[in-house]
Amino acid sequence: MNTSEPKERDHSQESTWTLVFLAWLIASVSALGALFLSQVMGIAPCVLCWYQRIFMFPLVFILAAGLFPFDARLVRYALPLTVVGWMIALFHVLVVADVIPENIRPCAQGIPCKDQQIEWFGFLTIPLLSLIAFSLIGLLLLLTYFKASK
Amino acid sequence: MKKRVQVKKDVQIKREGIQLKKTLFIGSAVLLVLVFVIGIFLYESERLDKSAKAAAENQAFLVREHAPRLGPADAKVHLVEFFDPACGTCREFYPLVKDLMKANRDKISLSLRYAPFHAGSDNVVRILEAARKQGKFWETLEAVLASQPFWAPNHKAQVELLWPQLGKLGLDFERIRRDMYAPEIDSIIKQDLADAKALNVTMTPEFFVNGRPLADFGYPQLKKLVNDAVAKAY
Repeated sequence: MNTSEPKERDHSQESTWTLVFLAWLIASVSALGALFLSQVMGIAPCVLCWYQRIFMFPLVFILAAGLFPFDARLVRYALPLTVVGWMIALFHVLVVADVIPENIRPCAQGIPCKDQQIEWFGFLTIPLLSLIAFSLIGLLLLLTYFKASK
Repeated sequence: MKKRVQVKKDVQIKREGIQLKKTLFIGSAVLLVLVFVIGIFLYESERLDKSAKAAAENQAFLVREHAPRLGPADAKVHLVEFFDPACGTCREFYPLVKDLMKANRDKISLSLRYAPFHAGSDNVVRILEAARKQGKFWETLEAVLASQPFWAPNHKAQVELLWPQLGKLGLDFERIRRDMYAPEIDSIIKQDLADAKALNVTMTPEFFVNGRPLADFGYPQLKKLVNDAVAKAY
């Protein structure tokens, strides 16, 4: 009984670790992808893209720091970033989809946020990719939170 | 006894688990960076292929009668620069290009083409073209580039801020204001932008030496391309 207890806990920690690792992978791919689009392909990021970057880039480091040694409390630090980033991404998607009216768009200056340079498979735009990434990271972090608090 | 062995085993499993996780993490990080770097190479080589091909196919788009030209018309090396008056790198390259011209006097000529990608910089091109009608193109260009930080705050060209910077050139501002929206200037800008697109010019400045695009952007690379062309032609 005594020996199986810590083993049991170890096992659940194993799977929460994997969840955070996956979240880190998604954040890293998103960050590197964003850098590739702007620095290599020369697509200038608009204002909303910058705000999403502000919330995505630190996730790469916060999640990595929480992996070694594993600390489930990282959810407390990473989730607020994810939620705000997710909201900005959602706003951006709605701007692109023309749901949000002209006058409350914050991107009057410089690069228009509505113009989409990339549309993979006819629907996958950069802000949509961002929204998907933030959603997945958020879900993984929530799962981590519930598993760890059990 | 049995219990202690079990605990020892657990500790060992745990240690192995951490090692595995670290390997997984570092491996993924290295893989991601590797994919990124390979992606850069693939993308750049494809872009270069494309622009070299576009330049080869579209030589006619490179040289236009209307483009301002410096240096002897019979020079065997022809440098074409697509530039944006509001672009900071173009400003930095201007004296370097002048040095190149000086170093290869009589052997090289320069054509300037407009690629006003920045907001509002097409109006600056209009002023340049209107000044050209008064025979003051190059002086105006130098003044425009020199004073760029004053009239292009935040990469946005503002003509109102540019006027005071051109005061010493003896330009007839009334005439410039009248000339700058002439239809022939419209068509020059339109033509240059269309040619830039056909030649795959997406960033400024972009240089072509005897029709060959600059493979890797930078002054040493430009100098080498020019010197090679001069050595080949003379």
